[in-house]
Amino acid sequence: MTHAQQQGARTMRLALGPILYFWERRVVFEFYRAAADWPVDIVYLGETVCSKRRELRREDWLAIAADLAGAGKEVVLSTLALLEAESELSYMRRIVGNGTFTIEANDMGAVNLAAGRTPFVAGPGINVYNARTLAVLARAGAKRWVAPVELDRAALAALLAEQPQGMQAEVYAFGPLPLSHSARCFTARAHNLSKDECGFVCRDYPAGLLLSTQEQEPFLRLNGVQTLSARLYALVGVIDDMRALGVDVLRVAPQPDGTEEVVRTFRGAMDGEIETRAALRELARHAPYGLCNGHWYGQAGMEWVNDG
Amino acid sequence: METQVRGARSGRPRVELVCPAGHLPGLKAAVDNGADAVYLGFRDATNARNFSGLNFAPDEIPVAIDYARARGVRVFLAINTYPSQAQWRQWCAAVDAAVALGVDALILADLGLLHYCAERHPGQRLHLSVQASATNHQAIGFYARECGIQRVVLPRVLSLAQVRAVIERVDVEVEVFGFGSLCVMVEGRCSLSAYATGESPNMSGVCSPAKAVSWEETPEGRRVRLNGLLVDVYGGSERAGYPQLCKGRFEVREHTFYALEEPTSLNVLDILPQLVVAGVAAIKVEGRQRSPAYVAQTTRVLRAALDTCLADPERFAVRAEWIAALDRLSEGSCHTLGAYHRPWQ
Repeated sequence: MTHAQQQGARTMRLALGPILYFWERRVVFEFYRAAADWPVDIVYLGETVCSKRRELRREDWLAIAADLAGAGKEVVLSTLALLEAESELSYMRRIVGNGTFTIEANDMGAVNLAAGRTPFVAGPGINVYNARTLAVLARAGAKRWVAPVELDRAALAALLAEQPQGMQAEVYAFGPLPLSHSARCFTARAHNLSKDECGFVCRDYPAGLLLSTQEQEPFLRLNGVQTLSARLYALVGVIDDMRALGVDVLRVAPQPDGTEEVVRTFRGAMDGEIETRAALRELARHAPYGLCNGHWYGQAGMEWVNDG
Repeated sequence: METQVRGARSGRPRVELVCPAGHLPGLKAAVDNGADAVYLGFRDATNARNFSGLNFAPDEIPVAIDYARARGVRVFLAINTYPSQAQWRQWCAAVDAAVALGVDALILADLGLLHYCAERHPGQRLHLSVQASATNHQAIGFYARECGIQRVVLPRVLSLAQVRAVIERVDVEVEVFGFGSLCVMVEGRCSLSAYATGESPNMSGVCSPAKAVSWEETPEGRRVRLNGLLVDVYGGSERAGYPQLCKGRFEVREHTFYALEEPTSLNVLDILPQLVVAGVAAIKVEGRQRSPAYVAQTTRVLRAALDTCLADPERFAVRAEWIAALDRLSEGSCHTLGAYHRPWQ
C-alpha cells in the first residue's frame, strides 16, 4: 500500500480559509461567532493581503482564535503574502511566536521565522511544485501544505505520491482564485488614490472591486494589492477523486454572503449526503460571476469543465 | 574558474551590468557594448523566457561562453521555472548540464532545485532568481542558509528605501532590475496568465503566450484577445501593443482604463546614484526576447550611465540623449521608476 493510499483511508477535513477582503471589525467578529457552529474542522485567521488593514489587532485575532479552539476547531494564524517593510516582519515575528497556535506561512520569510521554532502550514503563497521542495519545507517544520492553484490533477497526484511521511495536503476547493500580488494598490488606483493615501477604500468592496473586459465580461476582483478571479473556483465535483489521491483538507474561502451554505454544501458532498449536481446548483447561487475549475483539468483556470 | 569583472579589473566599485542574451547575436551585442555579465537559458521550458526561436541549445553554449570569457564577461544561466514532479529529472539534468558547461552562476527559483544543486554541486555559484519572489531579508536569509545562494535578484515591488533596508540586512549580493519590461505583480507568484490561458511563467516559462493571441478588425477599432478574453481595443491612430494581461484596458467602476498598469518600461537612470550608494552588486537589463539591436542599444546606454555614475555618484546627472534612446526601445515609448518610487504604488 502506498503512502497516498494510506492517507486516502483517512477522513478528509474541511477548512475555512482566511478572510481575503477588508471587512469591518464588527462583521469579522460576527462572522467567526457564526463559524464556530459550522461544520468546519480548521479555521485560518488573520490578514494575508495588506498590512494597512488593522481593524483587528493581534489581541483580537487571538481572542477569536481562543473562542474557535474552544468550539473544537483547529486554529491556524495566517500571515501576509507579500512582505516588504520591516514593520511587517516584526508583526509577523509576534504572530509566529504566539506560543499556542500553528501559523500559515505565505512567504519564505515566514518559513524562515517559523523554521525550527513552531510547526507551520505552507500556504498557497509558497511555491510547492515538487517533492524535493516539500522535503526541505518538512525539515523546516511544515506539517501541511496548500497546493498552488495552478497545479492540475496530474501534477498534484504525482506530488502526493511522493510527499514526505506525515505531511498533510490541502487543496483550495472553493473561492475566488488568488492570482497575484503587487506593490501597487489597484483598488486605490481605481479611485485615483495612491496607496499611502488610500482612505481604506477597499472597505467599500466586501467581495472585491469588479474588473471587466470592454465587453463587460467579469474577469477579476481587485482586492487592494491583490487580484482575485471574478469566477469562484469550485472543486465540489471531484471530491471523491481528491480523497482517493490522498488530499487531507479542502479549503473554502470566505465570501461576504453565503459562506455557511457553501460550507454545509461541501460538508454534505464530502459525507456523501449531497449529490454533485445539487451541490453545484447551490454553489452557483453564491457565484454571481460564475464558477470555474479549469486548473484541475489542465486548462485555463477560468474555464468550466462540466463535472456534475 | 570565475571570470574577473570589469569593475574589479579597473579598481572601480563593483556594480555589474547584467544583460540579456536570448541568442548568440544578442550575446555578442551585449558583450561588445559593455556588459559585465550576460544571462541566457536553454531552449526549453526550464527558463522563464520559453519563446520559440529563442535561447540556446546545449551545444551552442560553449561558443557563447568562449566569446564572453575572451572579453572578460561572465556568463549566467537561468533555470528559473518551477519543475513539477513529472519534470523533476529533466530540470535536474539541466542543472547538471549547466554546471558541466562551466557557467559562472546559475539563476534558480525553485527551492527544491536550489537544494539539489547545492548538495550535488557544492562549488557552483547560485543566484536566486526574481521568480523566487524573495522580497525581504528573512526570505533571502532562508535561501542563503538552506541553499547557500550568493546573490538575490529582487522582485520589482520594493521601494528604494526598502531596497536599501534589504541590502543592509543580508549577507548576499543584491541585484536589481534597471531597465526593461515592467512586471507589475510580484514575480513568481502571478497566475493571471494561467487563469486566462492555462500557461504561466512559473510552470511554462511564458506569460500571455503568443499562441493565445488573436487580432480582429472592427468598425470600433482593432480588438486584441487572449484566449478569447478581450484585453484591449485600439482606435484608428493608436499603436497596438502586445496583449499582456496586466497592461490591458479594462472596465472598473464604469471607467475604461489601464486598471493595472500602462504599457511602459522600467528605467532606473533617475535613481542610479542612490542604488550605487546603497550597495547594489548588479543592475539587470530585461529582454532576452528582444532583438540584438535592442540589447546593443540598452547595453551601450546603461554602460555609459553606470560608468559616469561610478566615477562620481554625487555629480551624476541623467543625460537627455540616454532617456531618448531608451524610450525609443520602451513599451509605449515611455518609462517609469515603478515601485522604486513610492507614489507609483
